[in-house]
Amino acid sequence: MEYSRYWNPAVAAVPKSGIRKFFDIVQTMPGAISLGVGEPDFVTPYHIRNAAIDSILDGETQYTSNWGRISLRREIALYLKNRYHLDYSPENEVLVTIGASEGIDLAMRALLCPGDEVLVPEPSYVSYRPTVVFAGGKAVPICTDASRNFMLTAEQMENAITPKTKALILPYPNNPTGGVLDRATIAQLRDVIVRHDLIVISDEIYSELSYGTEEYVSIASLPGMRERTIYLNGFSKAFAMTGWRIGYTCAPAELMDVMVKIHQFTIMCASTQSQVAAEEALRQGREDDYADVQTMRQSYDHRRRLMYDAFLKMGLTCFEPLGAFYVFPSIAATGLSSEEFCERLLRDKLVACVPGTAFGECGEGHIRCCYATALEQLDIALTRIAEFVQNL
Amino acid sequence: MQNLQIELLQLLQQDCRLPLEKLAVMLGQTPEAVGAMIDDMEKRGIILRYSPVINWDKTDKERVEAMIEVRVTPQRDEGFDALAKRIYRFDEVKTVYLMSGAYDLLLLVEAHTLKELGYFVSTKLSVLDNVTGTATHFVLKRYKSDGVIFEGDPQDKRLAVNP
Repeated sequence: MEYSRYWNPAVAAVPKSGIRKFFDIVQTMPGAISLGVGEPDFVTPYHIRNAAIDSILDGETQYTSNWGRISLRREIALYLKNRYHLDYSPENEVLVTIGASEGIDLAMRALLCPGDEVLVPEPSYVSYRPTVVFAGGKAVPICTDASRNFMLTAEQMENAITPKTKALILPYPNNPTGGVLDRATIAQLRDVIVRHDLIVISDEIYSELSYGTEEYVSIASLPGMRERTIYLNGFSKAFAMTGWRIGYTCAPAELMDVMVKIHQFTIMCASTQSQVAAEEALRQGREDDYADVQTMRQSYDHRRRLMYDAFLKMGLTCFEPLGAFYVFPSIAATGLSSEEFCERLLRDKLVACVPGTAFGECGEGHIRCCYATALEQLDIALTRIAEFVQNL
Repeated sequence: MQNLQIELLQLLQQDCRLPLEKLAVMLGQTPEAVGAMIDDMEKRGIILRYSPVINWDKTDKERVEAMIEVRVTPQRDEGFDALAKRIYRFDEVKTVYLMSGAYDLLLLVEAHTLKELGYFVSTKLSVLDNVTGTATHFVLKRYKSDGVIFEGDPQDKRLAVNP
């Protein structure tokens, strides 16, 4: 059959994830140490796992409300209020989703009409551009770089805005660079966003993993921003719950009305057990000041410093990441492209990293290395990378 | 106590062989500063010893372990301390805790053989003045000790590369 006449050419034209391609190579290399993962190396805290088991044994095997359990939504609202000074009504402004990823898709489909433009700072998570295209919009990448700590600047944003610009994706703390926005920059971005009357989709999935001295600020908490922000977060990174696929989207009620329609007709509701587990994570966190999160963050922070230091000692230019769990060193000095570097490193030294280009063309000259890896493994991997760089 | 010291202790408890330079990087300090903190904590008796966690079951060494609950009559002026001291001086006694609840002291006792351990209880421990009763529980298997799981340590189940 000639399938090409059936499929949607816009969807078919979206390239496969660059990460996927690399994954296929790694699969053929047993014994390789991988710094290519994008998830915590902790398993979900035991009490959270237990809560889900209890819920299964208690026979909680039914659908929940489309929005998610009200008890979970209340916990989410409380958490956002306590941690980030955000005010969302659990009744109609908090939607429980299948990970923050679903939130990205919901936001795009709810907002975009054919031809609408969405600004996407890059390097960034692999899903943004495809979801914009799937929703019929046009993604406008903006290249951030190490000289400005991989922050999107107001000037860059201003230059990229056209009459068709409808929204901005704000992916900070950033995967893959580890960049975070400082207060001054957030305030400047806010001014541009308000002046041009744009919507912001703020993907704050790594908000708990920031290591700087500045208190974490969500753009949604700035004056005039709540009304124009779609806030995305989830449990994957903060609570080591990637496989549970559970997150949430918050937005003003009017915007949420539209997004929830897509969710209710496509997803129905997030998995009940995942919702129970998420609720346990927040409830316990409220009682013990998020001890699980703090322990994990401290452990990432130790390894962050170790990996950053190791790349500097190799003589590579490296930006100090202050968020997420990635280091994004420049390998431009080696004369290799990101893909060449990663492929050769893998074949010669059995260490897997992800080429920066997987996160947008402007990731060229960089590699993403995840430090959420056991200390012993990290040591071996960093020694091997140093040997590799030295012998080039 | 400062957070930094506690952070350092937690790292050492995980792996006390981490070199000073590495500890310094992980904590964002200089090696000299970390060295000074360790010296200080050694002097103050916070760090007492650097010892590995050993799974003796995987060695050929003959060894029997028991937890012994001990009921005692506390002594005027000295409470439980004097008796605890008499007990912990025995080489067989590796650990002594003062407990709340149904008994007073909990001992972790180690010997080469069952016979030797029985001999310790009947001739050295039970006969002490003020010991009013003991209950010996033999350790059959150690699953986890000092936070370390002894067998079936979980593997990294993550996919090698993901976004």
